[in-house]
Amino acid sequence: MVTHAHADHARPGCGSYLANPETARLLRLRLGAAIAVQELPYGEILDLGGVRLSLHPSGHIRGAAQVRLEHRGEVWVVTGDVKTAPDPTCLPYEPVRGHGLVLESTFGLPVFRWPEPAAVVAELLDWWRGNAAEGRTSLLFAYALGKAQRILAALPAGAGPIFLHPALEAPTAAYRAEGVRLAPARRLAAAGARGDLAAALVLAPPSAAAAPGPGRSPAARAFASGWMQLRGLRRRRALDRGFVLSDHADWPGLLAVVRQSGAERVLLVHGSAPELARFLKEQGLRAEAAPQEAAGEEDEAPP
Amino acid sequence: MKRFARLVAALDRCRRTREQVAALADYFRDAPPEDAAWAACLLLGRRPRPAVPTARLRRFAAAAAGIPEWLFAACYERVGDLAETITLLLPEGRGLEGVPLHAWLEERLPALRGLEEEAQRGCVLEAWRGLDRTARLVWIKFVTGGFRVGVAQGKLVRALARVSGLEEARLASRLAGGLHPTAAAWRRLLQPAGAEDDDPGRPLPFCLAHPLDRPLEALGDPDRWRVEWKWDGVRAQIVRRGAEALLWSRGGEVLNASFPEIAAAAMRLPGGTVLDGELLAFRAGRPLGFERLQRRLGRRDPGPRLLAEIPAVWMGYDLLARDGTDLRDHPLDARRAGLEELLKTAGDPRLALSPLLAVAGWGELRRLRDEARRRGAEGLLLKRRDAPYAMGRRRGIWYKWKADPFRVDAVLTYARRGHGRRAGLFTDYTFSVWDGGELVPFARAYSGLDAAEIRAVDRFVRRNARERFGPVRAVRPELVCEIAFEDIRRSARHKSGVAVRFPRIVRLRPDKKAAEADTVAALRALLKEKETAPWNEPPSATS
Ligand SMILES: [Zn+2]
Ligand SMILES: [Zn+2]
Repeated sequence: MVTHAHADHARPGCGSYLANPETARLLRLRLGAAIAVQELPYGEILDLGGVRLSLHPSGHIRGAAQVRLEHRGEVWVVTGDVKTAPDPTCLPYEPVRGHGLVLESTFGLPVFRWPEPAAVVAELLDWWRGNAAEGRTSLLFAYALGKAQRILAALPAGAGPIFLHPALEAPTAAYRAEGVRLAPARRLAAAGARGDLAAALVLAPPSAAAAPGPGRSPAARAFASGWMQLRGLRRRRALDRGFVLSDHADWPGLLAVVRQSGAERVLLVHGSAPELARFLKEQGLRAEAAPQEAAGEEDEAPP
Repeated sequence: MKRFARLVAALDRCRRTREQVAALADYFRDAPPEDAAWAACLLLGRRPRPAVPTARLRRFAAAAAGIPEWLFAACYERVGDLAETITLLLPEGRGLEGVPLHAWLEERLPALRGLEEEAQRGCVLEAWRGLDRTARLVWIKFVTGGFRVGVAQGKLVRALARVSGLEEARLASRLAGGLHPTAAAWRRLLQPAGAEDDDPGRPLPFCLAHPLDRPLEALGDPDRWRVEWKWDGVRAQIVRRGAEALLWSRGGEVLNASFPEIAAAAMRLPGGTVLDGELLAFRAGRPLGFERLQRRLGRRDPGPRLLAEIPAVWMGYDLLARDGTDLRDHPLDARRAGLEELLKTAGDPRLALSPLLAVAGWGELRRLRDEARRRGAEGLLLKRRDAPYAMGRRRGIWYKWKADPFRVDAVLTYARRGHGRRAGLFTDYTFSVWDGGELVPFARAYSGLDAAEIRAVDRFVRRNARERFGPVRAVRPELVCEIAFEDIRRSARHKSGVAVRFPRIVRLRPDKKAAEADTVAALRALLKEKETAPWNEPPSATS
């Protein structure tokens, strides 16, 4: 059972997979067309040996699902990665009620409060325009699946030339194929003379270290991530700017998910699990950090 | 305050010198003198005294944010910076943006200092509600005494030169003696050239050595160079003018109070003399090590006991002015000859002459460098004989060539989350060596790894944590690292019996097992070798 197609949640090597259809398509892209995937659309119920299982949008990225499990009247909800902020590339988070909740807590501390996404996009456009005016390329790091497309969806069509690092091509094409409206963008390989990149925005995955293209003035570098809330992380990556744009719930978002679920028991995974568990316990819930294997890397570890 | 906070944010955000200088020039172009003087002092490293204990600030902030204190502590651990944590936890504020920088620093913060906790709470909350996030961050750093955003003096000088039209050299020289945060001092700093009443007792900008970044052979004929030990002391100029002799550090501090015997000896020099050299703790012909010198530095007006226990010398190596004439344009050889003459005439053993090392060829120089550590020096300095005394760090004139550090293999046993740009990652490491069957901590190291290695070690720590003590994890002793350090000395405070200076990680040693790491006995052997090295037999000096 795969909640969404990020690498830390969708591992290769399983005999068969169960996932929502959009996630299934992204999974095949990532793990190969040959994998066996059983598709289960949002809201449909699958009976698994007496357990009624259904998927519900978690708002994290396209296809991301929460799993609702019901057995003899007891309901548990596993959120997978969850985001409560609006995102035009996927269905919004849907509150699901249950007796128990397994919740991610990547950003489970009150210092994480996201600004309005629209305000962040406005800042990003200002930064891009300023660089373009100086003839400097704007290099924006963003996670290849989900974040990069969310940014493309938010940028106005005529804002300027946009190029994609090769790692972003396949997921972006997949989003487009499903009819998600994204700003037009070209492959980085298609950039010709250096003039092409001078006023351009280049989207690249966080792991791409080098600045693109030739040219005398190096690119201005920025990163779009919830971690950019922390100044130390911005400086560590030697970034010119950090844009606080996350595909995970912030502190108020996580508390809202707990409240809306009505759950009395909460298990927490990822990030600040012990801290959020203790806080919820002090609020009268039965909460604890779930024991877990080595933490994933895709979008939960600080950059 | 708002404008200064925005300058600080811009300096923090922009990495390019050009952008930083532009941001500085923007600020200083129309900052009122009483604010500009404070801004410059703060950026050059002056710190306001703490006004509110940090424990109190944490309590105020947790209450204002409506969270328990343990959760505040967890946030702080994650963020790695107290002011930033508080800033993130509280909503955007407004209302006090009109209070100027100097009014905060001269009136409001000092007034805060004397208040009782409840009265302080009122003032602190008022400030937090009244300042936007950028200004609040800076304000909290003032209040905790933790303001550390600085710029290299060179950048400030460039910005001020742009704003005032004065030459950079003149500004650097006026700044060299330090700056007071007053409007009068600011006007004096920027007054036009010619209307000069530049304080004559000020030091000249220091010439700095460039790290040797090329093969020795690329320096040409060894005869063109003078070679000296690179001393591990405190660089100091002696400015002997009028009725006084001042001992200036590179940071623009007067050190007379900590080294009265050197200041007294310097009075034997003729008026109008400026010399460059190095302060060292020194006995029986050999340096005593930097930590001893630090005890002298930290103590004003030392008593006779400390003076006897840690005698100091000033080791001269350059002559910048004589009889009031600036000699910085003269070649090193000529300046050196003048220096030797002056020190000989003064005839005081506390004003020593840094010996020149005779070097027949580059090969011999390599051998001398290998000897440096044992002789209590950090390495070698190479100075071109025909070069002037330059301002700042210029390539091709002075080179420093540091000796190889001491190295051992040690096991990572504890890790702690870092601060600042390392916030969140485990980056502060404790390393241990074997003592019998037990691992004994001997050094804490923070630096030396690149970003990818830091993340690899962070992952290792998360996977191998055995116990959690707040922000510290005890890890399974499996990861071996090669640790370098500059100096080693005995220490009763450390379980290993030794303390090392500037430990850092040279590289990870995944090829080594913990059992192959070094031992306390090996550290003691290094110590012994160092303590018994023959220093009294002087290096082969030409003068
Ligand atoms: Zn994810
Ligand atoms: Zn995840």
